[in-house]
Amino acid sequence: MTASSVVVTGLGVVSPNGLGTQGHWSASRVGKSAIGPLTRFDATPYPAKLAGEISGFAAEEHLPSRLMPQTDQVTRLSLVAADWALADAGVNPAELPAFDMGVITASSAGGFEFSQNELKSLWSKGGEYVSAYQSFAWFYAVNTGQISIRNGMKGPSGVVVTDQAGGLDAVAQARRQIRKGTSLVVAGAVDALLCSWGWVGLGTSGRLSTEEEPSRAYLPFDDRAAGHVPGEGGALLILESADSAHARGAEVYGEIAGYAATFDGREPGLRKAVELALADAGLAASDVDVVFADGAAEPELDRIEAEALVEVFGERGVPVTAPKTMTGRLYAGGAALDLATAFLAMEEGLIPPTVHTEPAERYGLDLVVSQPRAADVRTALVLARGHGGFNSAMVVRS
Amino acid sequence: MSRSTFTLDDLKRILLEGSGAPEGDGLDGDVLDTEFTDIGYDSLALLETSSRIEREYGIELDESVVGEATTPRAFIAAVTGHLTVAAA
Repeated sequence: MTASSVVVTGLGVVSPNGLGTQGHWSASRVGKSAIGPLTRFDATPYPAKLAGEISGFAAEEHLPSRLMPQTDQVTRLSLVAADWALADAGVNPAELPAFDMGVITASSAGGFEFSQNELKSLWSKGGEYVSAYQSFAWFYAVNTGQISIRNGMKGPSGVVVTDQAGGLDAVAQARRQIRKGTSLVVAGAVDALLCSWGWVGLGTSGRLSTEEEPSRAYLPFDDRAAGHVPGEGGALLILESADSAHARGAEVYGEIAGYAATFDGREPGLRKAVELALADAGLAASDVDVVFADGAAEPELDRIEAEALVEVFGERGVPVTAPKTMTGRLYAGGAALDLATAFLAMEEGLIPPTVHTEPAERYGLDLVVSQPRAADVRTALVLARGHGGFNSAMVVRS
Repeated sequence: MSRSTFTLDDLKRILLEGSGAPEGDGLDGDVLDTEFTDIGYDSLALLETSSRIEREYGIELDESVVGEATTPRAFIAAVTGHLTVAAA
């Protein structure tokens, strides 16, 4: 880690496996799955019936009354995750110059349930019944905006929309801004689409598992793989320059050491993203202690990911895991949560497992299944792919 | 539903329903002449409030009300003016 490194000093986790970092990690480290039947609405008429829902989240216990009529579930989760991340980093934003702090999040869909309710009002009662807050509550950038307003952060901010690669792309964009001189950036992603309209939208991907037994529903790298289970949540991270973290005596989880993004062309771009991220980190494949896989659980996508990993690391050359088998895929939030989980894995020296999967031999992966694996984890590679050809890879080091 | 009077209590109720309670003293005490921004409501909260008043009272407020009525007293006067027109 050098003085110009970009480091992570705080984590804010809102996961189906637990609210808060400790809750999420204590469940994930032992392979506890949060996937179960959808309860948020009646899923009976829909082909997919399972989800990774966040339970026990009472937004009004965490947020002021003024924010409630103007926020979707995803924004409430994002605001609380940001509060927790800042507290974890020991940062009080009111004490810092407004223009030295930024917010960069990713979003795959914005505030869906809020929009669903307003569209219902529009078509059943008329335009005069649509909330004025619909003007921004639906928007991809709304989480960034609300976090910025709540914490008085007026530095470089934005939103990245690259489907499920977004969780990494947002953190990479935050790293760029810190390198250009911003002291602190709240970065990452939370998504929450578990309403009937969101469900219909997700279903159009053709990638949702229609299995009704949770232990058979989301099985990446398994011969039975037949789609994924959607979940809600994600993570926000506090990024700072190593210099400024050191200056204020902050505890550091680790460094954002390397990153690359590619787009699928004639050939899948995932392997190239891995190679470029390693090069960006100045590391060799043999330096990587664990890979957090994208784990699409689509046979073709699993094959592409497994081939990329075998080509870069060799057959069974590196431990691979997909903790998202416990939460479902959280869309943009998924890779951000994987980043947080990677730092927690480093802290404890334990790789959380891929649950329920029986890995197909032909993939040639050393998949950490069933049980967590004790390991000295100093360097982790996190992979994420978005619908339409997005590939992102990020290397983090303790 | 059309009604003939619009009071500070009506305004407070509709603000709370549509935009939530501001932090601090907010709507407590004598706020008739306090700027909405000082109470804790921005222009969007007033837009939402005027939309709810239109629905509840069956009136149509001029768009200028939201921009020009920056205190509860001015807002109530503007709404009352419309109620009078509607009743006439």
